[in-house]
Amino acid sequence: MEGALPADAKTCAESGTESGPRGPGCSLRHFACEQNLLSRPDGSASFLQGVAEKSRERLIRNTCEAVVLGTLHPRTSITVVLQVVSDAGSLLACCLNAACMALVDAGVPMRALFCGVTCALNSDGTLVLDPTAKQEKEARAVLTFALDSVERKLLMSTTKGLYSAAELQQCLAAAQAASQHVFRFYRESLQRRYSKS
Amino acid sequence: LCTPAVGAAAESLPGDRARAARTVLDQVVLPGEELLLPEQEDAEGPGGPGERPLRLNAGTRSRGRVVCGPGLRRCGDRLLVTKCGRLRHKEPGGGSGGGVYWVDSQQKRYVPVKGDHVIGIVTAKSGDIFKVDVGGSEPASLSYLAFEGATKRNRPNVQIGDLIYGQFVVANKDMEPEMVCIDSCGRASGMGVIGQDGLLFKVTLGLIRKLLAPDCEILQEVGKLYPLEIVFGMNGRIWVKAKTIQQTLILANILEACEHMTADQRKQIFSRLAES
Repeated sequence: MEGALPADAKTCAESGTESGPRGPGCSLRHFACEQNLLSRPDGSASFLQGVAEKSRERLIRNTCEAVVLGTLHPRTSITVVLQVVSDAGSLLACCLNAACMALVDAGVPMRALFCGVTCALNSDGTLVLDPTAKQEKEARAVLTFALDSVERKLLMSTTKGLYSAAELQQCLAAAQAASQHVFRFYRESLQRRYSKS
Repeated sequence: LCTPAVGAAAESLPGDRARAARTVLDQVVLPGEELLLPEQEDAEGPGGPGERPLRLNAGTRSRGRVVCGPGLRRCGDRLLVTKCGRLRHKEPGGGSGGGVYWVDSQQKRYVPVKGDHVIGIVTAKSGDIFKVDVGGSEPASLSYLAFEGATKRNRPNVQIGDLIYGQFVVANKDMEPEMVCIDSCGRASGMGVIGQDGLLFKVTLGLIRKLLAPDCEILQEVGKLYPLEIVFGMNGRIWVKAKTIQQTLILANILEACEHMTADQRKQIFSRLAES
C-alpha cells in the first residue's frame, strides 16, 4: 500500500497502514506497513522503510555508475546480473570483480577498471585481507573497498563493526596494495583471452 | 593473507604512466590506460613538459590529424582506452593526417554506426515507416521509399518478419537509427529484402570483421566447398543459403566455429567435408 499523501493524512485499508512525516523537524522517509500477511504463524508484519532496494546491489550499482561512460549510451539501461555460486567469504568484493569483468566482456565503454578488496580486523588489531567466512564472523570489523585501476582511488567503501580512524587508513593502504594483484590478474586473464584469436 | 600494519600511502606503481601509442601496437590494452600520440613523445624529451624541442631534420612526416577510432577517447591531449582489446593502427593512405588508432575488441553487442551494412528483421509497420530490429538498443526506422524503384504508388513488398540488408544513414547516440536500402545514387547495390529460405545466425562482431577482411581465406575455402549465397551484417548476423538444408547447417556450424579454430584445424575440417 503506497501512494503520494499530503503531510498528515493517514489512510487505513484492510490490514495496511501508511504514514508520512509526522510534523516539523521530523525527517523520516516514507514508510509502509502491513500486518497478518502469513496465515500459519500467529502473527506477522512487514515494514517497508524508504526505497526498497537492497544495500549490496546499491553499492555495486554505484561503483559501476562511477566507472561506466554512460554519456555514450543515453536512454539505455545496463543490467548486471550476479549469481552467487558459492560464498566462502568476501562476497561483495567477489561480486565487484565479477561485475567489472562482465562489463569488460560486454564491451561497455569504461574510464577505468575496478576491483573489490575485503579487509577484516581482529580484536587484537591484526589485519586480514580477503577473509574467509569464518574469519569474517570472528572479526571485530569487516571493511570492503572498491578501488579503481588508474590511481587506486577509492570508489566505494562499506564497513561493519568497530574500528579507529588510524585502522581505517591502514586497511585502505593494505587494500590498495592488494588491488595491484587483482589488476595484474585481470590483465593476464584478458591477455590469455585475446591470445587465442 | 596476513600483512603487518602499513602506515604510508600506497606507492606509485610502475606502468601507471601513459605509454606511447606506437609501443603498444597489437598488444592488449585495458580500460583506463592512457596513450601518448607521437607528437607528445617529443614534448616529453629534454626541456621539460610544455617545451617543444625544435626539430631540424627534415625526416619528420607531416603529422596531421590522428583519428581516434572505436575504443579510444580523447582525454586532454592523450588517448584514453575505454575498451579492452588489441590496439591497432592504420597508416594514412593519402599521406594526410596521422592515421587511425583503434581498439580491436571481441564484443557481441552491436552499436549502430553510420555507414555500416547490417541485416535487420522487420518487426513492425507503422504508416510509412518499417521498424527494423538490428540488434542495438533501439529498432531502426526504414522508410518505404528507401528501396530501389519505390514510389508512393509502387510500394515495396515487405512483410513483418522479413530480413532486410541495408545501411545506416543516421546512427548516433542521440537519435533513433535510420537505415535505407539504396545507396546515394538511388541504386540497390545488393541491399533490400533478403530472399526466402536460408538461415540467419548470430556471431561475434570480431568474427564478422575477420571474415570481411580483404585477405581472409575462410570465405574462399567455404565457396569451394559448396555453392552458396551469403550475406554478412556488421551487427553480427550472417545469412547463408545452400542447395540443401543439410549443407546450409554445415556451413553455419563451420562459420560459427571459425572463431575458436586455428587455421590448421579449419583446413582439416574442410578437407574432411570435401571428401564426403
